Amino acid sequence: MSDNTTGTSSHGTGPFIAAIDQGTTSSRCIVFDRDGRIVAVDQKEHEQIFPKPGWVEHNAAEIWVNVQEVVAGAISKAGITKDDVKAIGITNQRETTLLWDKNTGEPVHNAIVWQDTRTDALTRELGRNVGADRWRRETGLPLSTYFAGPKARWLLDNVEGLRERAERGDILFGTMDSWVIWNLTGGTNGGAHVTDVTNASRTMLMNLHNMEWDQRICESMGVPSVMLPEIKSSAEVYGTAKGGALDGVPVASALGDQQAALFGQCCFSEGDAKSTYGTGTFMLMNTATKPVNSYAGLLTTVGYRIGDQPAVYALEGSIAVTGALVQWMRDQMGLIKTAPEIETLASSVDDNGGAYFVPAFSGLFAPHWNPDARGVITGLTGYVTKAHIARAVLEATAWQTREISDAMTKDSGVELTTLKVDGGMTANNLLMQTLADVLDAPVVRPLVAETTALGAAYAAGLAVGFWPDTEALRANWRRAAEWTPQMDKGVRDREYKNWLKAVDRSKGWLDESDV
Amino acid sequence: MAKNIQSLERAAAVLRLLAGGERRLGLSDIASSLGLAKATAHGILRTLQAEGFVEQEAASGRYQLGAELLRLGNSYLDVHELRSRALVWTDDLARSSGESVHLGVLHQGGVLIVHHVFRPDDSRQVLEVGAMQPLHCTALGKVLCAFDPVAHNEAIEGRRPSLTARTVTLPVPFEAELAAVRERGWASDVEETWDGVSAVAAPIRDRHGMAVGAIAVTGASERLGVPGAAAGAAGRPEAAGVRPDLAAAVRDCARGVSRDIGNGRF
Ligand SMILES: Nc1ncnc2c1ncn2[C@@H]1O[C@H](COP(=O)(O)OP(=O)(O)O)[C@@H](O)[C@H]1O
Repeated sequence: MSDNTTGTSSHGTGPFIAAIDQGTTSSRCIVFDRDGRIVAVDQKEHEQIFPKPGWVEHNAAEIWVNVQEVVAGAISKAGITKDDVKAIGITNQRETTLLWDKNTGEPVHNAIVWQDTRTDALTRELGRNVGADRWRRETGLPLSTYFAGPKARWLLDNVEGLRERAERGDILFGTMDSWVIWNLTGGTNGGAHVTDVTNASRTMLMNLHNMEWDQRICESMGVPSVMLPEIKSSAEVYGTAKGGALDGVPVASALGDQQAALFGQCCFSEGDAKSTYGTGTFMLMNTATKPVNSYAGLLTTVGYRIGDQPAVYALEGSIAVTGALVQWMRDQMGLIKTAPEIETLASSVDDNGGAYFVPAFSGLFAPHWNPDARGVITGLTGYVTKAHIARAVLEATAWQTREISDAMTKDSGVELTTLKVDGGMTANNLLMQTLADVLDAPVVRPLVAETTALGAAYAAGLAVGFWPDTEALRANWRRAAEWTPQMDKGVRDREYKNWLKAVDRSKGWLDESDV
Repeated sequence: MAKNIQSLERAAAVLRLLAGGERRLGLSDIASSLGLAKATAHGILRTLQAEGFVEQEAASGRYQLGAELLRLGNSYLDVHELRSRALVWTDDLARSSGESVHLGVLHQGGVLIVHHVFRPDDSRQVLEVGAMQPLHCTALGKVLCAFDPVAHNEAIEGRRPSLTARTVTLPVPFEAELAAVRERGWASDVEETWDGVSAVAAPIRDRHGMAVGAIAVTGASERLGVPGAAAGAAGRPEAAGVRPDLAAAVRDCARGVSRDIGNGRF
């Protein structure tokens, strides 16, 4: 991201909303104007700490310092003062877990990042007699290493004396939204210990139906509820900033990053869906005010909640390997020099030549859930060239999206009408066209690429009346490009069938003894 | 027009010969195939060898294409890479100008559209990626002709059909227009390709300063034009007939992309 995104024409004189995006690799602050245009950006990376294979940690104190710096940086680049900023919104890497001492404000341990797999044994233990779906009905989630509750339990079990301190009420739990908001609003000096419904829905501790901490699950998980933050909506004033570049400005939204992108893409109606194409892919579909139970292995999650309006739920499906497969073609196979060149190579042929690539590098996820699967390239003949494989690489992303979209339709009964896309891979025209072709639905890219930060800004702006309602936000939404389906139904059906055959070939590769 | 340089033509013929197959060729084969004196052929080969374009196999003394040539061939900028780098900049240009944005490169005597951002209103628009535009009269094409000698040659040697009453087709005024484009650093098209439509474009330059593409803002003349300049038969359009603030915005955008693809001079 270059920092010269201030644009070419004047952005007027404000007022503005500042969004803090506390992400996995960096923290950023983006200032938006009333039209949703970016006025200034500042960004700072933080250290990725790998103490052991499979472990990933962040230094939360470093992150808080960075957040303060990028806020000051963005305000100064925008050439404005805190009086021009009507609210602060927060979006964050989801599930990353921190415990800190409420009297000193010091973290008791590095934050455990969402990718960290140290709770593998613990989550299997928690599911022991019942299986991974033990708390799916209450939380919408399967037991897995991603979610925050088991990470908190791990810290309580492994940091000397921590459980006693927690039970005495000296320790606070939070995902990164809570940490940033608590510090912004004063920290040890009366900081607000809160989280929003979307972040709380990724802890495995919140009951999706009443939006409260589930006492029974907290007990089984071994997480004392005294340390949990208060669950708030995604768009309301949690407090005001104390000190720093935005002293006195209301802190008015929090959303997990994928939910923020859903909000920034203006997916406010039932059936609206967005998909973010980066290293991996996250697709979320708005299912309105009912949590849809998934039988296809999707996650049920809170999409957002505005003030005291009813919560809006979403179904979520993720694809582990999308942009990562393009990187694999570049770094492991050496078939391309840069990621965008995959399109050049793939465009040199008209079709996949009969080849299909199922990148089940670490098993198959939704909707197949086959951990024993491994990647396959199938349908090979002497005719197939590297260009056909490049095409199969792009088609793999498209077909996996189709499978998730089908699962969402099956679970919710709602047909996908249009898919809104964002992320680095949307620069790939061939991929976007293929996506429209296999989904048999238009694919639309919005004009603002920063949908995550925009979503946080929108929610904060709604909370303080900067924008009146979601209709006003929709009016801001601009189409930058649209791809319409052009594939013949016969071809689509045949190709889908072939893809599913290829998926079958990837299943059950590992033997019991390999696992 | 100056005569072509004979030794360069001969060097090109040598390279073509060596590129003709897997074979490695000896000096006398090369000389006789091209009808050159051995001494002349040797001089050419030695020079090409010094530039790394030709290599001599130590054992047999035969010649083959050199690694430098491969490097040259691969260093051209991939158009999809160009689109990826341009995405943020062109989005911002579309939003700030309120008009559609196109990115084009030279391709087979025309301009190939490799990226298109819709005009940010609610109207139905069709993605024009993959479409071709003429070189001689569009803003994108004029920029390429003004700053890329290959494009210039293609436009001079190719047909320049009259598409509207305003299309410049004759060589002398066309060259004069390109000189003006070079001077200004940007090109305009005031209803020279489509009636009622104007455009303004600026070059994207790579690391070596080469114009590898162009970015244009395109829209209705009444929005893009200098008031009173474009519409109607009365009065000649001023300098370039488009709003100077738009030209500045397009140039800023093209400079931003140039910087992102490694041209630090912008
Ligand atoms: N033009 C392209 N075609 C295909 N893949 C691309 C293209 N540009 C980027 N990518 C892929 O997109 C990913 C980067 O996108 P980004 O949104 O920045 O991801 P993340 O946020 O996960 O780092 C990389 O995996 C890269 O391989």
